[in-house]
Amino acid sequence: MTAITSTSAAPASARARTRRASGPPARALAGWTVANLVILGLSLLPLLWLVSLSFKTPASISDGGFWPSHWTTANYRGIFTTSLFTRALINSIGIALIATLLAVVIGSMAAYAIARLAFPGKGLLVGLSLLIAMFPQISLVSPLFNLWRQLGLFDTWPGLIIPYLTFSLPLAIYTLSAFFREIPWDLERAAEVDGATPLQAFMKVIAPLAAPGMVTTAILVFIFCWNDFLFAISLTSTNSARTVPAAIAFFTGASQFAEPIGSIAAAAVIITIPIIVFVLLFQRRIVAGLTSGAVKG
Amino acid sequence: MADIVLDHVTKRFGDGQVAVDDANLEIADGEFIILVGPSGCGKSTTLNMIAGLEDISEGELRIGGRVVNDLSPKDRDIAMVFQSYALYPHMTVRQNMGFALSIAKTPKTEINRKVEEAAKVLDLTAYLDRKPANLSGGQRQRVAMGRAIVRDPKVFLMDEPLSNLDAKLRVQMRTEVSRIQDRLGTTMVYVTHDQTEAMTLGDRVAVMRSGVIQQVAPPRELYDAPTNLFVAGFIGSPAMNFLPATYTDGVLRTPLGDLVPDEARGGALAAAGGDGRPLIVGIRPEHFEDASLVEDATGRGVVFGVTVDVLEHLGSDTYAYFSVEGGRASIAELDELAADAGTVDVPGGAERFVARLDVASQAREHETLKLWVDTSRIHVFDPATGAAVRG
Repeated sequence: MTAITSTSAAPASARARTRRASGPPARALAGWTVANLVILGLSLLPLLWLVSLSFKTPASISDGGFWPSHWTTANYRGIFTTSLFTRALINSIGIALIATLLAVVIGSMAAYAIARLAFPGKGLLVGLSLLIAMFPQISLVSPLFNLWRQLGLFDTWPGLIIPYLTFSLPLAIYTLSAFFREIPWDLERAAEVDGATPLQAFMKVIAPLAAPGMVTTAILVFIFCWNDFLFAISLTSTNSARTVPAAIAFFTGASQFAEPIGSIAAAAVIITIPIIVFVLLFQRRIVAGLTSGAVKG
Repeated sequence: MADIVLDHVTKRFGDGQVAVDDANLEIADGEFIILVGPSGCGKSTTLNMIAGLEDISEGELRIGGRVVNDLSPKDRDIAMVFQSYALYPHMTVRQNMGFALSIAKTPKTEINRKVEEAAKVLDLTAYLDRKPANLSGGQRQRVAMGRAIVRDPKVFLMDEPLSNLDAKLRVQMRTEVSRIQDRLGTTMVYVTHDQTEAMTLGDRVAVMRSGVIQQVAPPRELYDAPTNLFVAGFIGSPAMNFLPATYTDGVLRTPLGDLVPDEARGGALAAAGGDGRPLIVGIRPEHFEDASLVEDATGRGVVFGVTVDVLEHLGSDTYAYFSVEGGRASIAELDELAADAGTVDVPGGAERFVARLDVASQAREHETLKLWVDTSRIHVFDPATGAAVRG
């Protein structure tokens, strides 16, 4: 109950207001500001460096200056003219979206069962999924490589989607079952008494309330799939399924001896954008608990 | 509309615990029945079994003559108001109230008509497009009621619907519930732990304890003729006073003094076991009175002296609390009641007697008061079984 009300926006903002009104000691405020600025600087500096690199000309790449002396968009134009990058971008988007969708759909079904039903082997199921999440991915690469070649899944979309699901489902199940547990059971019972079938109760009452949880899960899974390098480099060999992180490794410079640093930086900036957009778009939904007002209090 | 019959219904949980034990109850069509009892007595489980939210382990449940043991809630045509209200937080009041109808594929215009009709009855018209989060506790409660009314179901089930409201609103909604049931004439089963609600609302009240129905009777009868110690102690506020007693030579000997029962009861007492048998005498607070205010006190009852510990002036009545040498009767049922009321931990709470006096009484704290007891109104119980001994 307290968890539900404390996530609702109104009391939180009220609390913030009272805190501001009474006011913390000025020294504490200054301390926090400095700490925040240090952390912000530490995490933003490499990103800004990357952005700066992507706008530098090949000649000035290694001049050590923070800001480019000559601005150029050649790096961006360059990567979009090669099919290596554009094709990889399509693969990345397609594979990550399909894996995310499947993980959320299958994950919410499993999480719902774990949160609401008592069935034999429930503890075992939860334990197993935790085990899988902890399994070192590298140890699976060579068996999967051989298996996928035998099955004809090597260098295909499903060949990447399946291992992504394996490692993201435990995460999805854990996050989602925490969200489902927060939803008062009475709502489902009320829906049943109101004439809904269990499926209707889930679709019309439970799922909309678990939407913030589903969005959170979707973002986490998407980031995992989007960023993966290990499986992408090991289980692909051509443009037909190679994703951006793997494709970047195949970038070449103008000559054999020129490092493609500018192109790599530009590609890295490009693939960071969807993640930022995703999080900015949904952060309010993630934070705001939808269940406030469901039950008394 | 329909009648409900519980025919030897038993609920056993997976761990072997029996929540409801062989419950038999016939609820007539259009009747307003209350299930009341302390927490954990099985009243909510009984309601959930009628709703179909809990399986029935043994016995038969019939609604409108049809056995519904294996029907899911949606096929029973019942509406339920939950203690937590269980409003759908992502829907407006209008959508909440119309949810059942839209599931049933009722045409939109008809849903709107019915919702607006119910909203008018419940004074919710202004709030139809709000979400539950933006409503007060009382308004949410009314929406929960509205969601049930809109359905026009065979049976209304209510699970402590008023327990989350503050005291004033609760009294107001109590009359509202009564008015709505009167108007709709639908069979209603109402669960509560509040005996005031039980006494004021129902046509009949079923008192439950540890999964067993103790007595089913109209409120008045429950109060005047409780069938056992538990019902006597549970119904009534302040609660009935219990004294240990023995019956010898046609007289009930109690720590308060000798009480002479009327003829009919004397006969029953003699027939039930005779002399020297331990008994428990129950006296309701209002059957005491300041002896100086009673005409012919000794002729119609017994007068004895007590020292008043505490006096409470409520304006309409005065409550006098006192202790009696020889103590209060103590058996399992009474301990359980005290535990439920939370008086066990209060020092002396369980041993204190209470009398309701007329405001004209001149009684003072820490002084001796001559108290009169109406012997024709006393209750006598057998401590072995808890059952009432009646004339």
